[in-house]
Amino acid sequence: MTIEVRDMTKQFGAFKALDDVDLRVETGELLALLGPSGSGKTTLLRIIAGLDWPDTGSVSFDGEDALSRGAAERHVGFVFQHYALFRHMSVFENVAFGLRVQPRAIRRSEAVIRRRVRELLDLVQLDWLADRYPSQLSGGQRQRIALARALAIEPRILLLDEPFGALDAKVRKELRKWLRTLHEEIHVTSIFVTHDQEEALEVANRVVVMDKGRIVQIGTPGDVYEDPASAFVHGFIGESIVLAVDVCDGRIRFGGKVLDLAAQDARPGPSKLFIRRHDFALGPAGSGTLDGAVAHVRAFGPMHRADIRLNTGGQETLIEIDAPRDRDLKPGDLVGLQPRRYRIFAAPA
Amino acid sequence: MSVASTNAVPSVASRALLARRDARTEPALMRGLIIGFAVTFLLVFVALPLVLVFSEALAKGVGFYFAALTDKEALAAIWLTLITAAISVGLNLTFGITAAWSIAKFEFRGKTILTTLIDLPFSVSPVISGLVFVLLFGAQGFFGPWLMAHGIHILFAVPAIVLATSFVTFPFVVRELIPLMQEQGSLEEEAAISLGAGGWQTFVRVTLPNIKWGLLYGVLLCNARAMGEFGAVSVVSGHIRGETNTMPLLVEILYNEYQMAASFAIASLLAFLALVTLIAKTVLEAQIEEGRHTGDD
Repeated sequence: MTIEVRDMTKQFGAFKALDDVDLRVETGELLALLGPSGSGKTTLLRIIAGLDWPDTGSVSFDGEDALSRGAAERHVGFVFQHYALFRHMSVFENVAFGLRVQPRAIRRSEAVIRRRVRELLDLVQLDWLADRYPSQLSGGQRQRIALARALAIEPRILLLDEPFGALDAKVRKELRKWLRTLHEEIHVTSIFVTHDQEEALEVANRVVVMDKGRIVQIGTPGDVYEDPASAFVHGFIGESIVLAVDVCDGRIRFGGKVLDLAAQDARPGPSKLFIRRHDFALGPAGSGTLDGAVAHVRAFGPMHRADIRLNTGGQETLIEIDAPRDRDLKPGDLVGLQPRRYRIFAAPA
Repeated sequence: MSVASTNAVPSVASRALLARRDARTEPALMRGLIIGFAVTFLLVFVALPLVLVFSEALAKGVGFYFAALTDKEALAAIWLTLITAAISVGLNLTFGITAAWSIAKFEFRGKTILTTLIDLPFSVSPVISGLVFVLLFGAQGFFGPWLMAHGIHILFAVPAIVLATSFVTFPFVVRELIPLMQEQGSLEEEAAISLGAGGWQTFVRVTLPNIKWGLLYGVLLCNARAMGEFGAVSVVSGHIRGETNTMPLLVEILYNEYQMAASFAIASLLAFLALVTLIAKTVLEAQIEEGRHTGDD
């Protein structure tokens, strides 16, 4: 099932939640809507589900207008951040709900419903919890039940609103992996909303980055990480070092010094230089275009991290870079840094 | 305490005493006084009247007591009270759920005004509530001439009693439900709808089970007040014996006619209903508390 959203705007009072959004989701995709809070991603998801209505624009499923149908008729599975399990029903009844409320003409027999619920509980590996109540489950278990409940109606589309947002870090990691495996198994067109870039990059086939109600970039996780379209995307995805620079006559000026870096046809004026933490060549003092002194070293993990106090251009800037494990840095060491990869964007007005 | 405050320099003995005193509590004498006062107050103002009601009712013997209760007028009053309470509770149950639903789950203009209006019956004297219906349906009232022309009796008849009672007891169910529904939010309803449930299915299968204990609690209070309402009903009833007298009205009439034992017999029945209500209320409160603990989050 493809989903197509066109020219969509939605306003809450004076706040523009969605500002002229266009999006096409292909059949079987697992798409992430990524953005900071207030970027409009949840609003977009709720509109697709039929839980909210846009001011202008259209939504179609396989070319068929969806806005003319209510949420109940769209066959969309929705998973809420806070699970929204029916607290007075057992786990079994929660999962069975969507099958029990079907019109009598197409409702399946009790035996079929029971078998289907058992299958779904097996799928989320929680068949042993069938008789419990939601309050007796952990957060991760609740979210898996919520997913089973959404899948019970054999949805054409699966929408997940910050599905792991309320869980602790370890459970979140497990569920991420599990969701991706599950998607490979059932292959239903899915969109999930998240503000966690790591989650988006790790789980999704394609990532849609949103900011202030607009889509700012659409691409594979590799695209948005390696080739960010704007200063916002570069800053939001992955960790970056940002230096305030000036572009003038095709040269980059940092403080008082002209850096030995090409200006990447950036427009003249105040700009921002983005460099990933791991994109530095680290050498002895004078070996790179930036000079600095090691202020602090955190020697653990796959890469060590070092705080470097830059003294290039007469102004002091503290940056944190990755240093190879075998490189023995000590506070006070003088080093030279040469960016291997970097991007320049005009400073936002 | 007295030792410490009268001696500027405490003696060794009093210092030892001070050290032993438990700082978390008052001296025994003070505790005794406070508890004694509270218990006396409760006995005199709550327990004693209740005992008096029942003892006065039985003053002329059990036979007279039951004769007073099964008197034709008494039976009519009991019947009318039960009918009135049943209709009022039914009406307020329906209105209460709809009003609470719209206020708790939707945003709209005029919501604050509506919420304030719902409290009106609590802030207005019951006598005024009754008078309002006289002004509306009385012979000189707004609808009076039209009603008279069509031979419809509202004032000084059962309809006015039901209306006045419903008006006075209106806030009980709504006020119980609004905070409960607000606390629960609309997520479960949204989940139900996205799973294909219609409006009615969502209400019956999701909303209603979540509010059932709070709803019962509101109904209980509403019922207690409906059976006991005096002021508003007194204004609109017309005190027609055997026809428009409710139990509280009959208690007053019998009392004014110096039929003490009969009056207290009816009063004891009302008091008994109040006690049953109290017990039911305690049980319900425990249920609601439990519901809150086992509830999601």
